[in-house]
Amino acid sequence: MSNAPAVTAPAPPAAPSAVDLDAAYRGSNISQILDELSLELVGLAPVKKRIREIAALLLIARLREEQGLTTEKPTLHMSFTGHPGTGKTTVALLMAKILQQLGYVRKGHLIVATRDDLVGQYVGHTAPKTKEVIKRAMGGVLFIDEAYYLYRPENERDYGQEAIEMLLQAMENQRDDLVVILAGYKDRMDTFFQSNPGFHSRVGHHLDFPDYSIEELVAIGELMVKRQHYTFDDASRAVFREYLVLRMRQPHFANARSVRNAIDRGKLRQANRLLARGGLVSREELARLDASDIRQSSVFQDAEPEDEGADDE
Amino acid sequence: MRITQGTFSYLPDLTDDQIKAQIQYCIDNNWAVSVEHTDDPHPRNVYWTMWGNPMFDLKDPAAILLEVNTCRKTFPREYIRLNGYDSRYGRQTTALSFIVNRPPNEPGFRLDRQESNDRVIRYSLHSYATDRPAGDRYNE
Repeated sequence: MSNAPAVTAPAPPAAPSAVDLDAAYRGSNISQILDELSLELVGLAPVKKRIREIAALLLIARLREEQGLTTEKPTLHMSFTGHPGTGKTTVALLMAKILQQLGYVRKGHLIVATRDDLVGQYVGHTAPKTKEVIKRAMGGVLFIDEAYYLYRPENERDYGQEAIEMLLQAMENQRDDLVVILAGYKDRMDTFFQSNPGFHSRVGHHLDFPDYSIEELVAIGELMVKRQHYTFDDASRAVFREYLVLRMRQPHFANARSVRNAIDRGKLRQANRLLARGGLVSREELARLDASDIRQSSVFQDAEPEDEGADDE
Repeated sequence: MRITQGTFSYLPDLTDDQIKAQIQYCIDNNWAVSVEHTDDPHPRNVYWTMWGNPMFDLKDPAAILLEVNTCRKTFPREYIRLNGYDSRYGRQTTALSFIVNRPPNEPGFRLDRQESNDRVIRYSLHSYATDRPAGDRYNE
C-alpha cells in the first residue's frame, strides 16, 4: 500500500534553559478545562483544589522532562470517594480531558466499568473479560464504579480476586497506557483498600467528594433548569427549595441526581398540566415550571414521618 | 529465504514503535485491525488463523500491540500478520496487511515440475516447511 505513512521519529526539540511558565500553562489549554470545572460544578471546593494541584504537578513534570530533568512518572491512578450524585463520574470525565491535554493519556476517553463488566460467571471467564475492558480503556481512563464490589471476602471462590489481580498488573505494567480511577462510598472504599493493600499503594491520589449543602443543591437545580431552557418563577423557586429540604431528610437521597430527577418529574407534571388545560399556550408558559408542578410531589404529601422515597428515586 | 508478503516486506522488520504508528494510521482511517498467524507460508495460503476477533472497538494502538505481543509469545516460531480492513461501502477489502513476526529461519521454497500430457510442464511451489506436520514446523 503506498498510502501508508512513512515512519519517522520526531526530532527532539532543542531544550532552552528557561521556560515561560505562563506560556506553557496557556499552551496546554488546561486553564480552559479548569475554568469549565469551576463553572459547571457547583461546590466541591476540596476536589477542585486537588485537581488544580494535580494539573500543576503534571504540567511541571512535563516541563522538567523537556529540560532533561529526569522525573519519575507521576502515579496517576486515583480514587474518588463520596456519596451518590456528588459528581464523581463528571469529574472523572473532566480528568480524562485534563490528562489528555497534558499528554499523559493519548485519547482521553472514559470507559466506565462495574463489577459486571470485569468479573465473569465461571472459571476462566474473568481474565478475558477484564482484559477486554482494559484494552478498550487503553489510551484513556478506566473508571471503575463501586470498586469494592470486586472484592467479596465472604466468598473465597469469588472470581473478583482474579479481576483485581489483573487490574493491579495492568496498573503497574501499562502505566503509560492507562489511568485507573476507582470510585465508591468512602467507608466501603476504605475497607476495600485495607483488604487490598496493593491497590492502596498504587493509587496516588485520594479525592473525597463532600455532600452538597442545601445552597449548593439549589444552585445545581437552577443550573440544570437553565441548561434545559426551563425557568422557575419566584414561587416555584421557593417551593423547590422547600422540596429539597424535605427530600434531603428522606432515605436514598442522591444529591445532584435527586435534583435532576425532581426536575424531570416537574417537567412531566408541567407537560400534563398544559395539555389538560388545552388552548393557546405562550412561549413563556412552555418554559416555566410552576410551583404546583413541584408541590404535587409525593415528598410533600407524606412529609409526615412516613417516608416514601423509594418510588421517588 | 526471507518471504516477502504484504506491505513493507522488503524493508527490515518494523520495530514496535513503527508498528504502533501503522496501527494508529489504521485507527485514524476507521479500519478494523486484526491479527492472524500461520505456519504455512505458501503465497496462495490466504486463510491464516485468526488471533481473536478483529478489534473494532479499540481506540488505542497500545492495546492492539498488546495482542500482537501475546500472539508472538504464543507462536514465536510462526508468521504473524496485522490486517487493516476498510469496511466502507465500495471498498470493503483489506487495506493494509503486513508481517510482524516470522520464524527464526525460513527454509524457503522448491519449484516442482510435473510432466503432463503432450510435454506440457506444470509448475508448483513447495514450501520446505510444510514437509513437517502442522504445529511441528520451524521447531529447530
